[in-house]
Amino acid sequence: MVGYQGEEKLSVVNGFEPVIGLEVHAQLATDTKIFCSCRSSYGEPPNTLTCPVCLGLPGALPVLNKKAVEFAMRMILATGGQIQPRSVFARKNYFYPDLPKGYQISQFDKPVGLDGVIKYRLESGEEKVCRLIRIHLEEDAGKSLHPEAGEAYTRVDLNRCGTPLIEIVAHADIRSPQEAYAYLLKLKQILQYTGVCTGDMEKGHLRCDANVSVRPEGQEKFGTRTEVKNMNSFKGVERALNYEITRQIELIRSGGSVTQATLLWDEKRGVAEMMRTKEESHDYRYFPEPDLVNLVVSHDWMEEVRRNLPELPDARAERFVSAYGIREYDAQVLTATRDLADYYEEVVTHAGDPKAASNWVQTELLGVINAAGENIATYKVRPNMLGELISKIGSGELSGKMAKIVFEEMTVSGRKAGEIIKEKGLVQISDDTAILKIIDEILAASPDNVAKYRSGKTNVFGFFVGQVMKATKGQANPEMVNKLLKEKLDG
Amino acid sequence: MLDYKKMSATDIREAIATRKVTAVEIVQESIRLAKTEGKELNAFVTICEDKALTQAKVVDDKVKSGAPIGSLAGVPIALKDNISYTDYLCSCGSHILDKYVPPYDATLVTRLLSADAVIIGKTNMDEFAMGSSNENSYYGPVKNPRFPDRVPGGSSGGSAASVAQGIVPLAFGSETGGSVRQPASFCGVYGMKPSYGGISRYGLVAFASSTDQISPIARNVADLATVFKVTCGRDPRDSTSVAFDHPDYPNRLERKEKFTIGIPREYFAEGLDPEVNAVVQKCISELKKAGHSFIDISLPMTDKGVAVYYIVAPAEASANLARFDGVKYGLRKSGDKELADMYGDTRASGFGAEVKRRIMLGTYVLSSGYYDAYYIKASKVRELMRCEFEEVFRAVDLIISPTAPTPAFRIGEKIDDPLAMYLSDAYTIPASLAGIPAISIPYGSASDGRPIGVQFTAGGFNELALFQVAKMMEQ
Repeated sequence: MVGYQGEEKLSVVNGFEPVIGLEVHAQLATDTKIFCSCRSSYGEPPNTLTCPVCLGLPGALPVLNKKAVEFAMRMILATGGQIQPRSVFARKNYFYPDLPKGYQISQFDKPVGLDGVIKYRLESGEEKVCRLIRIHLEEDAGKSLHPEAGEAYTRVDLNRCGTPLIEIVAHADIRSPQEAYAYLLKLKQILQYTGVCTGDMEKGHLRCDANVSVRPEGQEKFGTRTEVKNMNSFKGVERALNYEITRQIELIRSGGSVTQATLLWDEKRGVAEMMRTKEESHDYRYFPEPDLVNLVVSHDWMEEVRRNLPELPDARAERFVSAYGIREYDAQVLTATRDLADYYEEVVTHAGDPKAASNWVQTELLGVINAAGENIATYKVRPNMLGELISKIGSGELSGKMAKIVFEEMTVSGRKAGEIIKEKGLVQISDDTAILKIIDEILAASPDNVAKYRSGKTNVFGFFVGQVMKATKGQANPEMVNKLLKEKLDG
Repeated sequence: MLDYKKMSATDIREAIATRKVTAVEIVQESIRLAKTEGKELNAFVTICEDKALTQAKVVDDKVKSGAPIGSLAGVPIALKDNISYTDYLCSCGSHILDKYVPPYDATLVTRLLSADAVIIGKTNMDEFAMGSSNENSYYGPVKNPRFPDRVPGGSSGGSAASVAQGIVPLAFGSETGGSVRQPASFCGVYGMKPSYGGISRYGLVAFASSTDQISPIARNVADLATVFKVTCGRDPRDSTSVAFDHPDYPNRLERKEKFTIGIPREYFAEGLDPEVNAVVQKCISELKKAGHSFIDISLPMTDKGVAVYYIVAPAEASANLARFDGVKYGLRKSGDKELADMYGDTRASGFGAEVKRRIMLGTYVLSSGYYDAYYIKASKVRELMRCEFEEVFRAVDLIISPTAPTPAFRIGEKIDDPLAMYLSDAYTIPASLAGIPAISIPYGSASDGRPIGVQFTAGGFNELALFQVAKMMEQ
């Protein structure tokens, strides 16, 4: 079997069309766990965030965290789904050491959310829609820490046990690994905007399983599907899908057929390996969880959650275009995350010029932040500081070039524009008479060049500009210098 | 010296409050009996001596200092060994919970202790509350106090026996399908299964979560009502506990109005011991004489009860008992082999035959392809049973019936015949499935003296009617 080879774009390959359905688990960013009051947190010492309930001790009982339900409701509303007035928790039974009760409390035939869509955009700009089947609530399991060399036992950390999750199950509407990647990016964006999940796939806050099949182009009926698990980055999902699609197509083209199975993606080796076939698949023996009452969502509660829903990324991008007059592409970039969009909007209120703010945020600010790996929400150049700086260009106090110098200094010291300008003496000379005086001196000192200019060799104009700027240590307002020089020489 | 074994909980509290005796003396006597007579009966798995004496001393200090004392001050209480009590083994009568010591208290324990009760021990029981004779315990069978070759009933046999023997005036068992009422009947004491959601299940090791109810056992009605009042009510830790405004039971036991009582013909059909029938009939005629009216009623779903129960309860049990896997606590076998071997060996040697039978049954009825035919169908029939009771309770206040078809049977008599054993719960299962309260009242006896209980069943959260009718019969 050939491993994943490269970045080829799969949509229809050798006459076959891939069909992909994604199931995404998102950890809810609640303070506490879903069925007990233990803190829900990542990276604490093993087994310190536990209690009788999440340890599944005999006799302990679950009590549903209202906040977790609200987070699920937000996501359902944000994707245009239907919150179910009555939903039911169910036990999913299987044995594993990191599942201390021997069953996971989940939802089965009566989930809290049905339907909904994710609208997303490919890199080419093409818009796509993926329909959702359902969104349901469940608890996370613990973590098995398998033995390193020389260790005899697998160890179990139950801190994660009982972390609230939603599972977002999509229809098999996705037709290529690139679409899958773009879909996940959009999903993550919505999760982050609504504050439902941090979306950090590397930390396992977001996990994705994929159902994959291929069918001859033009055929309606789906092919036999496999399920691919254990992908731990968005790019990993794309790679794993490319791998599995290629494998299935090769298999069919060489006269074989796909068998229904679950595969585990090995990121390091770039291959997906058989975990179990359909015959070996679990019978989870779902049945209603008798320790919990039905989850009833009143109309009032639903409306309250709807009222408190933040503006979603697509709506925000549209507003940026209409309210700030920036280009759609820029609006997309600036609404990529809620933090960035918030930052931009605050810059605008201080800068007064939304287009200049857009340029500064995208080129200068993001350049520095991305290079330094900084977090925009906590970055030392706060939006009011950047906005003020931009406003000084608008008022003529600073030239664009000077402003960049000031900005650079801000990124080092985190001080405000005013202080830096004062310290460096960076005041733009915008006084007609002052500039004219310098121009007169320079013209007087270079009669040859003046003559050249006047004889039609206007390319010496740049020489005069340079001389003026040099004389003013770059502080002359360049627009005025241009204008006044032209008047003098042409006059 | 006061005759401790005959004292009610109310007597004990009164004697301590008036300094006729100290709580420490009472508790020492209870522990002495538990260690001697209790041992003879095999009624206890653990005696909680250290904490019991500390708790007793606290009560004595309160009395001495004139501080107010709780309604169960100094009263020795025994708990079935499936109720979580910090620092003491919680075996559930099973080998698989070998050395499992819970780090937390059941809500029941918290409420008892805040009423100044003293927990003196954890009682023997059928393994994971599965059984009707207390013969399914890893710690061996419990003997019936008055007929040592006979069973005390089950699964709360140790709790019923320790109350009947006079070791404690009060004990708690747990009910899933009759596990308190049936042993109460066999041992000649009072046992009351509350409405589902009446007493918090937090800390009760689950057998079948949708019918499990912690249930009190006593030698008189006032004690039963007092201890229920202390322990009932909504608990934020148990989502299925009900916020009901419980009346002041112990002060409302006298009732002037007459009852309308239903006699369900299905409970007096084939299989009912004539001596048991005679006791129930005598009870009916006494109540008639006192002016209460009786009507014949029909509960046609009654004969489906056992079948429905043995689908729903094992299904829930198969999931509830999955956590006993050798990973975290209790018994572990073959820990150095593959994971699947460890699971298999641990569960094969940790669980007894009856528990394995029910786990397999439950796993089967939940399996894909069988789920609809068994679990779903049983759940629907269960709903019909609930409706049937609801309908009947529009016309009557109470339903009278035998508690069990026979008096206590011999140890070993039914142990090899699971079906016969299951049928001994036929009269108690329906109230459990419907989630309604029912009481077993010691009323008469067989010709050889074996106690016989009469059962009254009431509508949801009408425990008051049960206490009141029991009080009438007591007089």
